[in-house]
Amino acid sequence: MNKLNTYRAGVDDDGHFGIYGGRYVAETLMPLILAVDKAWNEAKDDDDFWAEFNHYMKHYVGRPSPLYLATRLTEHLGGAKIYFKRDELNHTGAHKINNTIGQILLARRMGKRRIIAETGAGQHGVAAATVCALFGLPCIVYMGETDVERQAPNVFRMKLLGAEVRPVTSGTGTLKDAMNEALRDWVSNVEDTFYIIGTAAGPHPYPSMVRDFQCIIGNEVRNQIQEAEGRLPDSLVACLGGGSNAIGLFHPFLDDEDVRIIGVEAAGHGVETGQHCASLTGGRPGVLHGNRTYLLQTEDGQILDGHSISAGLDYPGIGPEHSWLRDTGRAEYVSVTDEEALEAFQLCTRMEGIIPALEPSHALAHVAKIAPDLSNDHIMVMNMCGRGDKDIFTVARHLGVGVNEE
Amino acid sequence: MSQPETRIGRRFQALREEGRSGLVTFLTAGDPDPDTALEIFKGLPAAGADLIEVGVPFSDPMADGPAIQASSLRALKAGMTLSKTLDAVRAFREEDDDTPIIFMGYYNPFYIYGVDKFLEDAKGAGVDGFIVVDLPPEEEGEFCLPTTAAGMNFIYLTAPTTTDERLPRVLQNASGFVYFVSITGITGTRSANTDAVAGHVARIRNVTDLPVAVGFGIKTPEQVAEIAGIADAAVVGSALVNIIAENLDANDKPAAGTADKVLSLVSELAKGVRSAGT
Repeated sequence: MNKLNTYRAGVDDDGHFGIYGGRYVAETLMPLILAVDKAWNEAKDDDDFWAEFNHYMKHYVGRPSPLYLATRLTEHLGGAKIYFKRDELNHTGAHKINNTIGQILLARRMGKRRIIAETGAGQHGVAAATVCALFGLPCIVYMGETDVERQAPNVFRMKLLGAEVRPVTSGTGTLKDAMNEALRDWVSNVEDTFYIIGTAAGPHPYPSMVRDFQCIIGNEVRNQIQEAEGRLPDSLVACLGGGSNAIGLFHPFLDDEDVRIIGVEAAGHGVETGQHCASLTGGRPGVLHGNRTYLLQTEDGQILDGHSISAGLDYPGIGPEHSWLRDTGRAEYVSVTDEEALEAFQLCTRMEGIIPALEPSHALAHVAKIAPDLSNDHIMVMNMCGRGDKDIFTVARHLGVGVNEE
Repeated sequence: MSQPETRIGRRFQALREEGRSGLVTFLTAGDPDPDTALEIFKGLPAAGADLIEVGVPFSDPMADGPAIQASSLRALKAGMTLSKTLDAVRAFREEDDDTPIIFMGYYNPFYIYGVDKFLEDAKGAGVDGFIVVDLPPEEEGEFCLPTTAAGMNFIYLTAPTTTDERLPRVLQNASGFVYFVSITGITGTRSANTDAVAGHVARIRNVTDLPVAVGFGIKTPEQVAEIAGIADAAVVGSALVNIIAENLDANDKPAAGTADKVLSLVSELAKGVRSAGT
């Protein structure tokens, strides 16, 4: 492939990153998607929109989140200098709120009065319910029945925030079905509804819009690392489910050729077992949920369910821009198993006093693999995109420890 | 643009000469199992179906309601695939070379099969056209234009949300007929108000000479008759699929006579298109 002048120009006007992305939706939705696109194009060129966004980022979310040198972990691993971007310190405990603030400001601009969202682990559902409470809008969250059971604390959190959680039993009752159900709701409530998609995927303009909101992560890192080290990092590491935290960290560095970029997918029980969520490692390009991207699927084009210990990574697809970055070779994508993530979870907790979510525990596991072989002046930034309080019951179960969930 | 000449055009021409509207049936291929589905499929023309939509099973049917979602999952569980769906068309064509067959589904299975090879195999099997729910005109290069080039029809969905401004763009490369989705919603749920549908059909006819079929929420012979009074064809799907669902045992095995029950509803619905004010 010819070398590109920039990796940051995407998307094109029709919503493609190379062959990925696009707008594969039913005609009933198409006019709505075009309306979101138009509103977003106006908003993103409007300084007032960003001023409002930045206001909430600072005073409500608590940004900028710190860039923290993990000293003990660095010493323990004995190689690269490891920094955590502390997005787990955001209000609601993850990076998801960056996106929901952005999208609800757009929904308000468009005069929409009803919000719908899908959620897997419940982090995006909580972030959507939070901004709906903040602006006094009704919020309906679609969540797979299986996830409703295994993520009870987040379900209760959403309800406390005033959201209605609708368990999804269709299909296999997981995140992909929750997204199907949200699309069915949208098609049935076209007049007043705005769909806040939780990751950098879906029909154009969602992948690039969500990325632009999450880029606050990478933009802050650029400033913070300059301040701390006087130069850019040598490598970036982030976990991917749909890939919104990763693209938010990566995108501002795409044109800095010397920065190595690594995305970490969930290998579940191991990619070779078929029980995983590593779309880029173990999937192939296909079309689902409005975009072309790498998908876990059968030979007949039927979508498969993923498996991961982390409900937040449990999605059979991936944001289309990651598919493109993979094919162009600008970013590398690796995978980490449930077991490795659990080990990294415990390592970080004991070593740094930070309980990471199981999602960034995957990124951390990869950091632990490669950092020892890198030199002491190699600067590595890992996105600590969520905190692990929500995961303690899952971890306890896997460690064979009894914890009362009631 | 030039319109590929298929059984669809010939059938609508014959219906015009007969002075009535057509009945379009939708059933999912392989539901509840490939044998029962084929028995129903082969019986459709005699029962009064003028055009046949064959639903291609997909794991994630975003635009469909619970009835068709369940039918898709039953078919997949029974081992239905896109290749076997083409086999069913070949078997049907041994007995019937006139009734138009339209594949309705989602893009991914076609894409994974390989568009060029799929179009060649579909044409060879006797498929006349396609309705691909998640391919709006913005993505026409993917499948619509190759379909037309291969001599089959690409049927576009239009919706109440499709504005007058957008309609000509949607229909620019449409052929065969236009499928008007009568409600903003998913299949098999609420039904549209006939006056509202008539307004939208008139809007479409201002833009194209293609026949207009109306679907979503049409369940009874009476509703079929009403739609037949204002459009060139009425599409019934969920109501037929529901008959299958009602005749399954706990293991999704159909009771004896299931195919006959489905076909007998088709006959009732066919009376609807024949009784409409002509």
